[in-house]
Amino acid sequence: MSNAIMDPTPTDWNGLIMQKRIARRYAAERRFKAMGFIAVSLSTLFLAFLLFTMLGQGLRGFQRTEIAVDFDFPALTSGATAASISGPNADAALNSMDVPGIVELAVGQQYGDLSEGLLTAGAAGNVRQMLMDNPSLITSKQQLWLPVDSRLDVAFKRSGEPEAEKTVVALAQKDALRTGFNWTFLTGADATDPSAVGIWAAFKGSLMTMAITLMLAFPVGVLAALYLEEYAAKNRLTDMIEVSINNLAAVPSIIFGLLGLAVFLTLFGMPRSSALVGGLTLALMTMPVIVIAGRNAVKSVPPSIREAALGIGASPVQVVFHHVLPLALPGILTGTIIGMARALGETAPLLMIGMRAFIPAAPEGFTDATTALPVQIYLWSDEVNQGFVEKTSAAIIVLLIFLLGMNALAIYLRNRFETRW
Amino acid sequence: MTGTALLFLVLGLGLIGWIAGRARAAAFVRSAKAGPRGSVNSLPYYHGWFVAICAIAPALAFMFIWQSISPSLVTNMVLSAPAAADLPQEGFARAAILSEARAIAQGLQTAAFQDGSEKLVPLYKNALSYYKWIGVAATLLLLFAGGAFAFTRIKPDFRARSKVERVVMFGLLVASLIAILTTLGIFASLIFESWRFFSMVSPFEFLFGTEWNPKSTVTPGADNGYGAIPLFWGTIFIGAIIAMIVAIPLGLMSAIFLTQYASATVRKWMKPILEILAGVPTVVYGYFAALTVAPAVRDFAVMLGVSNAASDNALAAGIVMGVMIIPLVSSMSDDSIAAVPSAMRDGSLAMGATKSETIKQVLLPAALPGVVGGVLLAVSRAIGETMIVVMAAGYTANLTANPFATITTVTVQIVALLTGDQDFGSPHTLAAFALGLALFVTTFFLNYVALRVVKKYREAYE
Repeated sequence: MSNAIMDPTPTDWNGLIMQKRIARRYAAERRFKAMGFIAVSLSTLFLAFLLFTMLGQGLRGFQRTEIAVDFDFPALTSGATAASISGPNADAALNSMDVPGIVELAVGQQYGDLSEGLLTAGAAGNVRQMLMDNPSLITSKQQLWLPVDSRLDVAFKRSGEPEAEKTVVALAQKDALRTGFNWTFLTGADATDPSAVGIWAAFKGSLMTMAITLMLAFPVGVLAALYLEEYAAKNRLTDMIEVSINNLAAVPSIIFGLLGLAVFLTLFGMPRSSALVGGLTLALMTMPVIVIAGRNAVKSVPPSIREAALGIGASPVQVVFHHVLPLALPGILTGTIIGMARALGETAPLLMIGMRAFIPAAPEGFTDATTALPVQIYLWSDEVNQGFVEKTSAAIIVLLIFLLGMNALAIYLRNRFETRW
Repeated sequence: MTGTALLFLVLGLGLIGWIAGRARAAAFVRSAKAGPRGSVNSLPYYHGWFVAICAIAPALAFMFIWQSISPSLVTNMVLSAPAAADLPQEGFARAAILSEARAIAQGLQTAAFQDGSEKLVPLYKNALSYYKWIGVAATLLLLFAGGAFAFTRIKPDFRARSKVERVVMFGLLVASLIAILTTLGIFASLIFESWRFFSMVSPFEFLFGTEWNPKSTVTPGADNGYGAIPLFWGTIFIGAIIAMIVAIPLGLMSAIFLTQYASATVRKWMKPILEILAGVPTVVYGYFAALTVAPAVRDFAVMLGVSNAASDNALAAGIVMGVMIIPLVSSMSDDSIAAVPSAMRDGSLAMGATKSETIKQVLLPAALPGVVGGVLLAVSRAIGETMIVVMAAGYTANLTANPFATITTVTVQIVALLTGDQDFGSPHTLAAFALGLALFVTTFFLNYVALRVVKKYREAYE
């Protein structure tokens, strides 16, 4: 028997030693709680910092600096009429008119020695489009706002090269600069000049890739989940399938890229960097996620439903397809959307299958060479030109909006349709 | 007629088959007077499905096979023509001319650059359309034969449902087997390409060499700069050390705070916010690490007096990777703490222990296996992570423990090796597959152990 138990004197809880000890323990308690709080706050702060950095830089990417250029169209085009550049022959008429030459002439007349490298490469195309949309412009003097070169754009928005800064100050004194919304960024494709780039091509590539992924991964994932949960006998084959799926869900995404490169590109000879191959590769990656989510959803349908259906004469296939699957569908869809969101943000496997080329136009078909939004972000982040920084962040904002939207949709579906049995 | 159009035609005819089969069976139902549903074995739409499947399945299978064999048939037909006799004999020029003529004939390319490809274009056009129409005719023939066969089988006592259900079960099984096929495909392609690599570079050099500076032409027996130890070290240093130093304390403490201390409202809001961290694409983290964190870390290092701090330092990549992993560690810890029986917790609290004492001395030791499993999964996730290190860590292989230096990883080198020359048989490309094999085996092992540990731990309390 030890002394502690035999000791007849009761503990003096109000004594000095005990009070001190309790105070120390409470202090430790508060410290521990504070550590927990700090951990949560740090994680949140990091997220907030990341989002604010992207917003702060990216919002500028949606804007562009424009310069006022006076066009004396009657003099510049030697009297072209609105009729001559409208109708079916408008394209040919504008081509023969040499719009880039006219723009250069007009800018040269107005800004003299400042005019060198003033406008972005696509400015002549903008003028051409304006004339196409509104042929009557050509009959009179017009002041058009055209996007400036990327160096000046950067210098006007924040601070750029000293040379460009000087030009900007000179132009600003003439009140010739303003900030406008950058429509090109939403409708254009990749370009070498950051003030002419757009994300539409990459976005369309992403959509097409996702379409292929969804078409393949969703049916296969759902059917596999139904099989494993409802019909599979407990045997070696089923065990192998389960191990494969659990393992595939955790395989690094770059390995799927290597698989795509070795099998789809080299063995099957499918077109490089196409939405088809990208979609196939991402489908293999997304399928296990859908299977796992689908199994959980199927598992949560209570057995009484199955027994009731069997009891009134449904066959096992009818039980599953008429009763279990519809009830499990909201859960499956939630898992699918989350898996698709992951696939939409995935970059590494797409780099492996060659989606890193410069693609200056939106893809037309599933076998065309294309790029995807995250890959475009990666490519722009590699550019030295300062103008690409804000474009990269702006593209990131677009990507994040879509991912958050998909996740919000998943949460909504879960809350709206999920049944608690 | 393009492949897509043919596909839609096949599916459309299948739909017609479905309607026809269903209508015929429905007619039986109407004519049979015995009982409310007549004496027809299966519901009408099962007959419809039976006809549709019999029509479509062989046609689609044939289209798939034809797709893969018709190119070589076309080439044979072109080569057997007299105009193809004066083609260059050696492989590469010959293949270039043939593929260009083919591209022009298919309308993918407009102008010819190779000598002699111009005159093959009409031949190719001929051959392509010849075999295309054979393919279309055979597909449609199969479709109609299958559909007609199925249609004649429809009788009141025909067991259409069990036939259709057998097909459905077969489809379910095939869908499940795709997972195994994918795993086998990964294994086979990695092992096959690695085998080719190790026939050029000795595995000994790859696994134990300390110099990574891959040469594009290798000489057997000599040192070719394929020593992967610096890469393995860099991967472990960034993914398993720096990232975990960030992720384990933050993730574990977040989980403890949210499950044990926070009010229900705080938990309801904070958990999704933490999960957003896991949903941010890695390319965004990579950009953030390279643009904001890395310069800050370098300035910090310079302030500390580290003179050779690189702008693409290991610390920035590791920190950001750690933040990305926080939700994973947090949710795994959350699960395993929640799985500890509440009797243990209540017992400790009843003895007068404070909350933090209960957590530290009862809950965490009991939940430890689950937490360790979660950390192993997190490590496996971190070492396979690509974009953060590609964008924020460097490309130079350094065998150093200095977190401010440039350190490269396995995934960075896979990307680097596959973007230079694109000749598939070159040692660079094959080395990427060898690195991929090492990565795959490691993550497979980590995941396997982690899942075993977690499973065993769950069973212990059930």
